[in-house]
Amino acid sequence: MSMTAFAPNFEVLRDMDRCILCGKCTRECSYGVHQFSADHKRLHADEAKCVNCFRCVAACPTRAIKIIRNRQAVNTSTNWSANNLREIYLQAATGGVLLSGMGTTKSYPVYWDKLLINAAQVTNPSIDPLREPMETRTYLGRSAVPVRRDPAGKLINTLPPHLTIETPILFAAMSYGAISYNAHQALAQAATELGTLYNTGEGGLHRDLYQYGANTIVQVASGRFGVHRQYLEAGAAVEIKIGQGAKPGIGGHLAGAKNIGDISKTRMIPEGTDAISPAPHHDIYSIEDLRQLVYSLKEATAYKKPILVKIAAVHNIASIASGIARSGADIIVIDGLRAGTGAAPTQTRDNVGIPIELALAAVDTRLREEGIRNHVSLVASGTIRNSADVVKAIALGADAVAIGTAALVAMGCHMCHSCHTGHCNWGICTQTPELTKRLDPGAARDALVHLVGGWTHEIKEMMGGMGINSIETLRGNRLMLRGIGLTDAELKILGVMHAGQ
Amino acid sequence: MLKEGQIRIPSGCAISGVIDLEGGGVCGEEMIRSISVMHDRSNGLGGGFAGYGIYPQYKNLYAFHVFYEDQSAREECEKFLDRHFDIVNLSKIPTRKHPRITDAPLLWRYFLTPLATKLSHSQLDEREYVVRCVTRVNTRMKGAHIFSSGKNMGVFKAVGFPEDVGEFFRLEEYEGYAWTAHGRYPTNTPGWWGGAHPFALLDYSVVHNGEISSYDANRRFIEMFGYKCSLLTDTEVITYVIDYLVRREGLSLLEAANVMAAPFWTTIAQQEPERRERLTFLRQAYSSLLMTGPFSILVGFEGGLMALNDRLKLRSMVIGERGSRVCIASEECAIRAISPELDRIWSPKGGEAAIFRCKEEAQCQ
Amino acid sequence: MKIDAHHMDYLLLNQAVRRQTDSEVEIDHCLGQRFIGTGLANKTLVINGVPGNALGAYLDGGRIIVRGNAQDATGDTMNDGEIIIHGSSGDATGYSMRGGLILVKGNAGYRAGIHMKSYGEKSPVLVVGGAAGSFLGEYQAGGLILVLGIGCEDRAPYGYFCGTGMHGGRIVVRSDHIPENLPDQVAASDLTPGELEQIMPHIHRYCETFGIDPQSLLPHRFYVLTPNAKNPYQRLYAMN
Repeated sequence: MSMTAFAPNFEVLRDMDRCILCGKCTRECSYGVHQFSADHKRLHADEAKCVNCFRCVAACPTRAIKIIRNRQAVNTSTNWSANNLREIYLQAATGGVLLSGMGTTKSYPVYWDKLLINAAQVTNPSIDPLREPMETRTYLGRSAVPVRRDPAGKLINTLPPHLTIETPILFAAMSYGAISYNAHQALAQAATELGTLYNTGEGGLHRDLYQYGANTIVQVASGRFGVHRQYLEAGAAVEIKIGQGAKPGIGGHLAGAKNIGDISKTRMIPEGTDAISPAPHHDIYSIEDLRQLVYSLKEATAYKKPILVKIAAVHNIASIASGIARSGADIIVIDGLRAGTGAAPTQTRDNVGIPIELALAAVDTRLREEGIRNHVSLVASGTIRNSADVVKAIALGADAVAIGTAALVAMGCHMCHSCHTGHCNWGICTQTPELTKRLDPGAARDALVHLVGGWTHEIKEMMGGMGINSIETLRGNRLMLRGIGLTDAELKILGVMHAGQ
Repeated sequence: MLKEGQIRIPSGCAISGVIDLEGGGVCGEEMIRSISVMHDRSNGLGGGFAGYGIYPQYKNLYAFHVFYEDQSAREECEKFLDRHFDIVNLSKIPTRKHPRITDAPLLWRYFLTPLATKLSHSQLDEREYVVRCVTRVNTRMKGAHIFSSGKNMGVFKAVGFPEDVGEFFRLEEYEGYAWTAHGRYPTNTPGWWGGAHPFALLDYSVVHNGEISSYDANRRFIEMFGYKCSLLTDTEVITYVIDYLVRREGLSLLEAANVMAAPFWTTIAQQEPERRERLTFLRQAYSSLLMTGPFSILVGFEGGLMALNDRLKLRSMVIGERGSRVCIASEECAIRAISPELDRIWSPKGGEAAIFRCKEEAQCQ
Repeated sequence: MKIDAHHMDYLLLNQAVRRQTDSEVEIDHCLGQRFIGTGLANKTLVINGVPGNALGAYLDGGRIIVRGNAQDATGDTMNDGEIIIHGSSGDATGYSMRGGLILVKGNAGYRAGIHMKSYGEKSPVLVVGGAAGSFLGEYQAGGLILVLGIGCEDRAPYGYFCGTGMHGGRIVVRSDHIPENLPDQVAASDLTPGELEQIMPHIHRYCETFGIDPQSLLPHRFYVLTPNAKNPYQRLYAMN
């Protein structure tokens, strides 16, 4: 083991009383942490490589392994954290741009945890969701249409196409390439079973998954990977990806190592090349150009599919969203600062953008001030961690939410923040065949169905508690929220009163 | 203490209404008798009435009923009215001294019509012009509140039990083809008269019993269209929603009811195709105007009344019919009080509007 | 079949085109209507006038002939078929092309052939007769861009930053001039006789289509720009 400038993040503790030298850990760890000694009589751990993904701990037949955070004292100061120092050593050694996986590790305020939900008492009855009807079905799309009648006076349905979801929870865009085929299949099947939608992300759609098209949103990003007429027609809707919360202003970059086999076939680029789709779209340099792309996609799909536009939550988000609402988009997806990613430059991930709660509230308020809130539906994403977050997002003004990280965790992700390495030991965020086969798509599908099903029950419980039996009357119903420990500025932006008021 | 408009105050209530389908005269005193039977559903913190067909001599003029906190508010408001309307008649609203009605604001009534030049400059439809003027006074002018603005109708309301309010306003001196009445049971109130019900805009007036859980979703949606919910009461937002759907969007009252009390999706799926299509369209297009939680409302409009319950029917409502008379109330006793004998008595189903209109010739009288 | 596009908006025009059962459709008085031929697979469209942006987006076969100039984003994400422009084209011509052929008689604007890609049999070709703007072949991942430089033999027939981010495909240029400051990811080398042989069909196609004598273009020096590496940014990152 070579000399390191910095103590490894983790210690690998092996209980030699329990270890039977079976070597399973050496086979399970794709990072090469566990190694036999030359005489095969001992097992060593190269702790510098350990990411604490839990795989060896779970796989060890005698429970002999334990990973703990390194107890090594690091000299820090008020201004310089151990992490600051570690990153400097790393860059001093490599000269590289720091690259990270998953969402930010910085501790920005989580406003979900500073919002409290209301319940009915006396003046209005709460409703028992187990026995009385409780509606979570949501339609996404433009609902502002003129009232027209036929000569007999019958109302004409002038609504453009909508997406119908049985619960206000979508699976967020994660590309085939960033995550494995098995993970995509699990998402597609779970979405179908749940009556909701998953999102291809920007890597195209594998031929074998076209059968789940009715529950698929196909994405078009600046690199246009795997985009062609059949792809656009395959999905229930088309999403234009402008940006994502984890890396606003930055595009995708799938390393050539992950661009192999069916990935490259699906993306329609040669194997082994980097798949780069840097921001921006090169036919969108201004808001009126967005209209052009929106309508080119509508033309290509004969106006039968809603068009989503996904943007990262940035400072001027309210105006941007209002521009998008006027561009012909049917649904706007806003992805917040704390959102996850397969790979993003660390400094961008940790410092660019604003939290989803503030962005969502600001957008919903602005669209209403401008009288165009019903021209679009809003989907919020970027750290939706439980059903209460969903309820709060909808009360702030979202029509639905999208979950990415939560879905990955349900499938077995242990949040080791190493997606960008391509070595995911759980077979989710990797393309190495020995690793991808570790993810059982059937079990992963069931896990997703369980998670979203459980959340939906909880949402109904909370709705019933508020005396609400239809999700649309929770949407933007901010009186159902109170802030706790928030400043006047935060309360004003969120449009809620403080608890006790 | 914050008054209505600064804070949302939940209330329970009693409602009652009567209409003569032949357009025959119904005396205000009858309405007082009806609502007074449900005394225990009110707590003395608000009562009121709306009478239709009560100003036949001025039936082509808008009748504004206004509360003023003081003379300076009146002077300011009258200057505004003078600039925008041709005021044909103005007077105090007649009242009598009443031991249980106190702290009355100044009560004035104006019969007026929009100034033709102003109206044409505004490029607005006449009713929209009137709505904007009323909204302007109620949101911008301190101490002035226009609480009735329709033609050939008028709202009378105050802090107190409804029967006392009726006596205070001398309603026995009025006769109309339809009335609604309201007794309020707010959880608390600073005793502001504007907070009492009915709430009215143009000829739409609403009395409501219940508390809608969808309030803020409905409010924040309707405010996109120029309405300003200044009282933060359910009744106010319901009135605006009806005005928006019927007057501005051109829906029928029945269609508006299908929006506000849309059936469950599972219920819609069971309807025959044409009805299913209509209900689906209305619910999708106006999803933010669905109202959940308990409500029973009586909507007064030119020539008729509409009764509507929430879709779960969490509030009581009874309809009694006798000859050309239809009475609607929270409790049967309020109907029997003025019409002991009935041809038919029934309760409308949750979410199903009952609409009663005077015969056309009757309305024109 | 002819369609008079005078005073028609793009919705009407494109509906009219889609409804046509004739395999050949001619559009007269075209003026700025967008998305003409979007996703079309089996027709020949002849356009007289100036078609609007995103002409032939997601084109899936057939042929679009423009008797005049084309605007921006022509052939955006086209998959198959041909777009033939008897004039010049605007910015982002052939954006994300993944198959088919675009022939531009004159010049192309900025960012022509950006994000062009290829896979297996599918390999798009963009031929520009005159000069292309800056950022030609930006992020190119596959396919062929051929710039003939007719009328600008005295300089490189493209602007600055040619092939920036390029990691696949080829840009073949008929010119004596190679700029000194090509991006790091791009390498230039003279075309071998064998390579020239390979692209000759495209040159002939261009000449036939626009009535130009091939002898006027040949012999001439040709060079090819190719990416230095498939993974130009591999060394950029430090795994954190």
